[in-house]
Amino acid sequence: MPVITFRQALTDTLREEMKRDEDVFLMGEEIGIFEGSYKVTAGLLKEFGTKRVMDTPIAEEGFVGAAVGAAMLGLRPVVEIMTINFIILAMDSIVNHAAKIHYMFGGQTPVPMVIRTPGGGGQQLAATHSQNLEAWFAHVPGLKVVAPSTPYDAKGLLRSSIRDNDPIVFLENLALYNVKGEVPEAQADGGDYVIPIGKAEVKKEGTDVTIISYSRMAAISLDVARRLEEEEGISCEVVDLRSLRPLDRETIINSVKKTNRAVILEEDWRSYGIGAELAATIQEEAFDYLDAPVLRVGSLEVPLPYSKPLELAALASADHLVDAIHKVLEGKRR
Amino acid sequence: MTTETKREKSANQAVATENTLNGLSPESIKKEDPATLLQYYRMMVLIRKFEERSAEMYTKARIGGYCHLNLGEEATIVGLMAALRPEDYIFTNYREHGYILARGAKPGPVMAELFGKETGVSKGRGGSMHLFDVNLHFMGGYGIVGGQLPLATGAGLALKYKEKDGMVVAQMGDATTNIGAFHESLNLARIWNLPVMFLVINNGYGMGTKVESASAEPELYKRAAGYNIVGERVDGKDPLAVRDAVRRAIERAKNGEPTLLEAVSHRFKGHSVVDPDRYRDPEMVKTFRQSDPLFNFARVLEENGILTPEQDNKLQEEVDQEVQEAIDFAEQSPTPAIETMFDFMYATSVANEIDPQWAQFKHAKEAK
Repeated sequence: MPVITFRQALTDTLREEMKRDEDVFLMGEEIGIFEGSYKVTAGLLKEFGTKRVMDTPIAEEGFVGAAVGAAMLGLRPVVEIMTINFIILAMDSIVNHAAKIHYMFGGQTPVPMVIRTPGGGGQQLAATHSQNLEAWFAHVPGLKVVAPSTPYDAKGLLRSSIRDNDPIVFLENLALYNVKGEVPEAQADGGDYVIPIGKAEVKKEGTDVTIISYSRMAAISLDVARRLEEEEGISCEVVDLRSLRPLDRETIINSVKKTNRAVILEEDWRSYGIGAELAATIQEEAFDYLDAPVLRVGSLEVPLPYSKPLELAALASADHLVDAIHKVLEGKRR
Repeated sequence: MTTETKREKSANQAVATENTLNGLSPESIKKEDPATLLQYYRMMVLIRKFEERSAEMYTKARIGGYCHLNLGEEATIVGLMAALRPEDYIFTNYREHGYILARGAKPGPVMAELFGKETGVSKGRGGSMHLFDVNLHFMGGYGIVGGQLPLATGAGLALKYKEKDGMVVAQMGDATTNIGAFHESLNLARIWNLPVMFLVINNGYGMGTKVESASAEPELYKRAAGYNIVGERVDGKDPLAVRDAVRRAIERAKNGEPTLLEAVSHRFKGHSVVDPDRYRDPEMVKTFRQSDPLFNFARVLEENGILTPEQDNKLQEEVDQEVQEAIDFAEQSPTPAIETMFDFMYATSVANEIDPQWAQFKHAKEAK
């Protein structure tokens, strides 16, 4: 199976979906001539032309709202927001409109659109360019939010997102673009794999503790799990959420019932964050199975500082996760 | 999308203005088909009576939430809809009862929506501010000021993309011209050459704030100049002037040229049904009533021998009856069943989409 980067998986999928369906087109700042700030759309303008790859002015509310309107008339826009930090300018179009239109108008028109955007810190971009705002979107009924951690999942989820009839926030991460992984080549007969929205995956089975995560933190969780098993004999199960809304509660609960312990790794802030929702779900549905409190590891609650040592100390990391796993396993007989 | 066409031409028209105030002169009336004028008049009467009864139903607590009326705006609405073709699309703000009626929706399902009934145009999920009828290309009333403008712009993009005929109307109030979405939308419509007409209903007030207090350029049509598109101001109390201005916009739209049309009229009552309107001089509001577009149009039709007082009385009675039937329909219609709570949650059903509370707690499924 070919090994490609997360970025390449996205580019390939965009190209394949645009070839498959004439109604799929791309919009965003600097995605055409400049080929994208992070080069996900590289080569696509040349291949598809300005009708299918539309450079937009810096007007996030305007062009995201335009994508909503175009979707209401049957197109399938895939919008790139250069980084998630700029999506704040488009919140009205996303939360008040994209998320509401199908339900509020009695199901008369779907809004089939995808908003792709990278979040994440660690690039010394400081406070306004390093955020993880997924909880804002995962909070809103009417949206679907996905956050893949591997090139394979990125491809499968982008396919299902583009083919889905609802507005989808597709979360990427700056530090994932160069990550490599196995991805099957596209099938000539169109029988390509898709990954269902709303389904988590157990990325690694284990018996001592469940680590629940998503996006880049799921990749880190898997590394940590493998290392702890090898070095310390701790058997970690890793649940990669893949979808934040709808949330696959069943997979989480089944895993916790098996391991009786849970640690959550998230790159966002803990207060009112994704992990808070997960911890609440676990105590509601698996309280009697828990042998220790659910622990959450997130980024420290500061506007992310620029200086490298401060930035590193503030971000959720593998080391913090290891500490939490040790803590949740205190007193467990093995 | 190519963006180079037509830009030059529009630059010369950027501050073109028209104050077409004499659409109702005897000369212009003579050019019209009398039966068509009577249809316009009938629709204006329907909107007037529908809104008066809506206010009454609101005070009787049949209608909840916010309720904004089109009283004083009837001529603009009828003129707009007279010009539009079936292939055109309309996005409006939350003051839109009259718009969907004039576009062809039956009064019953519109009133039923205000009553929150299953038979409403948005199946009782939207209410007064969120009327919708996809078959009429009536793409929604929107409760967030300016939110409809990027959507309408995108609808224009879709028409161009699919090479379909049609123009998209983005209706808004005067105060909406101050929000970012207005400026972003006009800019996008111009650089992408989209068939969109931005229609500003200037009734002088955004809630309680005068246009002059909120807009650096209170002659709102002039704002088109900043976006290299034609701006036009028209008397919103004159249905024929509005209709003709919209027809001009349709011609421009065929060439991928957007238009900013400002229709000037007066709001007869407060911002919404519950607004006592204390901030406006009652004497001034009285003068609005004296230039009532509905009474004025009736007078013109009578003066030109198109409408007799007897005909008018009969028409008024018929419309009274029609609105009463709409109210009866709304009254008798069922409310949506609680079991349908999640019916329109997602267009593509996926795993785990239903709120777990639904199964967890008994009370969640019980109507109060």
